[in-house]
Amino acid sequence: MTSSRIRTWYLWHKWTSIVCTAFMLLLCLTGLPLVFHEEIDELTGAHPAVAEMPADTPLASLDLIVRNALAARPGEVMTFMSWDDHEPIVYATTAPRVDTQDAFFIMGFDARTGERVDFGNPEEGFMHVMAHLHIDLFAGLWGTLFLGFMGLLFVIAIVSGVVLYGPFMRKLDFGTVRANRSKRLKWLDLHNLLGITTLAWVFVVGFTGVINTLGTPIIKFWQYDQLAEIVKPYEGMPPVTDFASIDAAVKTARAAAPGMNVQFVAWPGTGFSSKHHYAVFIQGETPLTSRLLKPALVDAQNGTLTAMRDLPWYAQALLLSQPLHFGDYGGLGLKIVWGLLDIATIVVLGSGLYLWLGRRKTSLESRIEELERGGLVTQPVPGAAE
Amino acid sequence: MSAAKPKPGRFRRLWGAPIALALLSLAGLIAALVGDGLYDAASYLSLAVPLVVIGWYIARRTR
Repeated sequence: MTSSRIRTWYLWHKWTSIVCTAFMLLLCLTGLPLVFHEEIDELTGAHPAVAEMPADTPLASLDLIVRNALAARPGEVMTFMSWDDHEPIVYATTAPRVDTQDAFFIMGFDARTGERVDFGNPEEGFMHVMAHLHIDLFAGLWGTLFLGFMGLLFVIAIVSGVVLYGPFMRKLDFGTVRANRSKRLKWLDLHNLLGITTLAWVFVVGFTGVINTLGTPIIKFWQYDQLAEIVKPYEGMPPVTDFASIDAAVKTARAAAPGMNVQFVAWPGTGFSSKHHYAVFIQGETPLTSRLLKPALVDAQNGTLTAMRDLPWYAQALLLSQPLHFGDYGGLGLKIVWGLLDIATIVVLGSGLYLWLGRRKTSLESRIEELERGGLVTQPVPGAAE
Repeated sequence: MSAAKPKPGRFRRLWGAPIALALLSLAGLIAALVGDGLYDAASYLSLAVPLVVIGWYIARRTR
């Protein structure tokens, strides 16, 4: 590689890193507790628990749960219903208006009795602050898109870093850590070692994070694209006033997809459905198919199934990006590795920052020369790696 | 400085370990998606390899 090309890559690496590093450090630090949010919620009692009952206890009607939820929130409307992964708990989400962006209120109900289950308010506390700092900086969609742009810069920083690894390591053995020279050289070697060994993981988590920031636009596009096509016959019809039974609607969806579970239901008019349908999202049984949701659209007025179709590729890509970013799909062992790799990334970011801060007095040329010669600027051309 | 044509041996010496680690990591990331139990174990064990490699070379650093 020529010096001028190294220089170009070096400048890309430097500037993308300078802009995104502070935010990436924030994302790594807040992401660490979020990886373990299930475990933390269980320890702090923020995750609800229900009484043990025989496994064959019949389930309460979902219509009862809807009535109880609306009775608890007078004047509000139903927006979503979802099912707990581990406990027999149904969550009902209400809001003042069906098309609200953020005024949601979530409640838990015992799936067998329909009784309200108390749990901590998910909209407050340490984990809530961590989640917002990680997802949107308390700035809504624009905050999310901003973090997505920072993530994109981070991905460019990773790619340019890998390109620079080539000339830097040309004369060095893999894993060289020279702790006997300067503090700076030691951290430069560590930056390279940790960066190149964790490369694939950091790239995947960074890239899927960027895709996740596009979640809202992706779902919106699905509504205008595939969903609009399916519900074309409903165009111009008045809004639903007399809602069909949700219990029957979920049963209809289940019957249309044997062997699948219902993961959540979106009410008509919400961001995940049409104006005239319950969107019943069903999931498969394996770790992979449980992520690839499929919506069954049930007419919310008469309860019949209008359509059930796989989501388009861009929505599937979004759904697949979630586990690959969260690391929540392989048990506690995977979460621990995820946390350790996150810490390694913090070291790469921190050492990068240190190298930049500690090197501002030297010229750009000498730093590029350092890259070309594996950090051995003082010697003409090192004969062999140490 | 113009780049010398890298010999095959040199490419392997430079990029062999990074490519092997990247492929292992990707296999680990996919394993837990397609199955449970043994697949999960295969997943976190292969993703732990980069961590072990880091630990190994830090322990072997030249002092």
